[in-house]
Amino acid sequence: MQSISVDPHIFGITVLVLACFVGYYVVWRVTPALHSPLMSVTNAISSVIIVGALIAAGPAEANFAQIMGFFAVVLASINIFGGFIVTQRMLSMFKKKR
Amino acid sequence: MTENISAILYLLSSVFFIMALRGLSSPDSARQGNVFGIIGMTIAIGTTLALPTVLSYEVIFAGIVIGGGIGTIIARKIEMTALPQLVAAFHSLVGLAACFVAAAAFFRPEAYGIGTFSDINEGSLIEMAIGLAIGAITFTGSIIAFGKLQGLITGAPLNFPGQHILNALLGLALITLIAWLVMDQNEGIFWAILILSFVIGILIIIPIGGADMPVVISMLNSYSGWAACGIGFTLGNSLLIITGALVGSSGAILSYIMCKGMNRSFFSVILGGFGGENDATFIDKGGDRAIKAGSAEDAAFIMKNASSVIIVPGYGMAVAQAQHALREMGEILKSDGVNVRYAIHPVAGRMPGHMNVLLAEANVPYEQVLELDEINRDFSQADVAFVIGANDVTNPAAKTDPSSPIYGMPVLDVENAKTVLFIKRSMASGYAGVENELFFRDNTMMLFSDAKTMCDDIVQALD
Repeated sequence: MQSISVDPHIFGITVLVLACFVGYYVVWRVTPALHSPLMSVTNAISSVIIVGALIAAGPAEANFAQIMGFFAVVLASINIFGGFIVTQRMLSMFKKKR
Repeated sequence: MTENISAILYLLSSVFFIMALRGLSSPDSARQGNVFGIIGMTIAIGTTLALPTVLSYEVIFAGIVIGGGIGTIIARKIEMTALPQLVAAFHSLVGLAACFVAAAAFFRPEAYGIGTFSDINEGSLIEMAIGLAIGAITFTGSIIAFGKLQGLITGAPLNFPGQHILNALLGLALITLIAWLVMDQNEGIFWAILILSFVIGILIIIPIGGADMPVVISMLNSYSGWAACGIGFTLGNSLLIITGALVGSSGAILSYIMCKGMNRSFFSVILGGFGGENDATFIDKGGDRAIKAGSAEDAAFIMKNASSVIIVPGYGMAVAQAQHALREMGEILKSDGVNVRYAIHPVAGRMPGHMNVLLAEANVPYEQVLELDEINRDFSQADVAFVIGANDVTNPAAKTDPSSPIYGMPVLDVENAKTVLFIKRSMASGYAGVENELFFRDNTMMLFSDAKTMCDDIVQALD
């Protein structure tokens, strides 16, 4: 195949647009009763930003960026653990009739 | 080679996140969905830790343990009624984390392969600046929302002359600064963008009133997604872009649903100035119209002899923590052969789905809890509509009075029930500051009391 290099930003926009469509159709199917868990779970997964934080905190030598990365790791971790646990707590309450 | 493997693992992680949201289409599959979310996050973190540039495991694990510990404690201790504040606080953390990552990328672009300090390629710089700005706006905006929900700041909209012009000018200034940063990669401009965005975040949330909080909190949910998305573009990471877009569109859809539930346009909510917390002031427009007040015994008698009761909960139920007493009341009625159901308005409470969570917490089976569209027709066949802590969402003026501020808002047709029992602490108006003509109807009986006390009293009277 001939290698035509696409600008990575254009590639990113492609991914963005497709993901928006997926998000649109998936979220409309969420039952209104579960809108609160939806917010807390999306909050937890938006902490995937921790990927960027880990890369910043990654280098062996300490520098400004590593300190920034460390704080970002702490904040994102609060969200990841807090978000998933509170979602689990909420969902465990939605029970069927005994 | 390894880069391809990590890209595939990131893709796998994205798929798990999509499945996590998909699971929420029904309460039965939702718990499994949450597990998918956790798996997706584990894969994302594991893959990143395996990258050759990530070496300082001690620092990273310390960070995860500290953050994870704090998050776990908060999530386990939090009361379900404080959920809206908690979500707002969590949003602020995502915003702040985005700012930190953007700062790391600006001062150490080599780590992300987007250039060197003060020589970052233009596209990445624009994306970074946008991610930084959205992250910072999410951070301060969520803090203000948290303060309003927690009662630290007044829930009343804060307006001042020239507010919209000021916001517009600040928005223009932000765009100018971003353009300037691209031309001259100066540290000072980077910090200026951060500070200006902090200020904008505060200014866009303070004019929004308490009743509009479900929209605000959904909107900030959306922003936190777009912040992750912006950072994803900077780092050229598809996982962050996909996840950010999922969260961003989820928040946007929730905002839309909430706006529709109030028949307000998104812009009128953003521009603010609606819905103060004037719950102590009685706006006396109707002169001395007669109202009928009843006691817990009267209410118990009426409901015991009913064949169908529809309960309409609102934010007042959450404030009074009345959900458990209410469930007990419902169960006694049910054991007496009364058909008991719950009707939920989309904007009841302070966040989307707030009432459903509280009723679930009180062990109300979710089959008994119905949405506005599902149950609204049934009020005409119901003997009793039991309104507890809701007000504006039951106001018939929304259907009949074009001059009412809530005209056009979809409301629950409680007045069609044979009897309306309306629990209220005093004759104060609702959050929209509108008087409810329902109080003066012949078939309405007012129950003046705290919501929880009244439910407890009714339970006693039923026994």
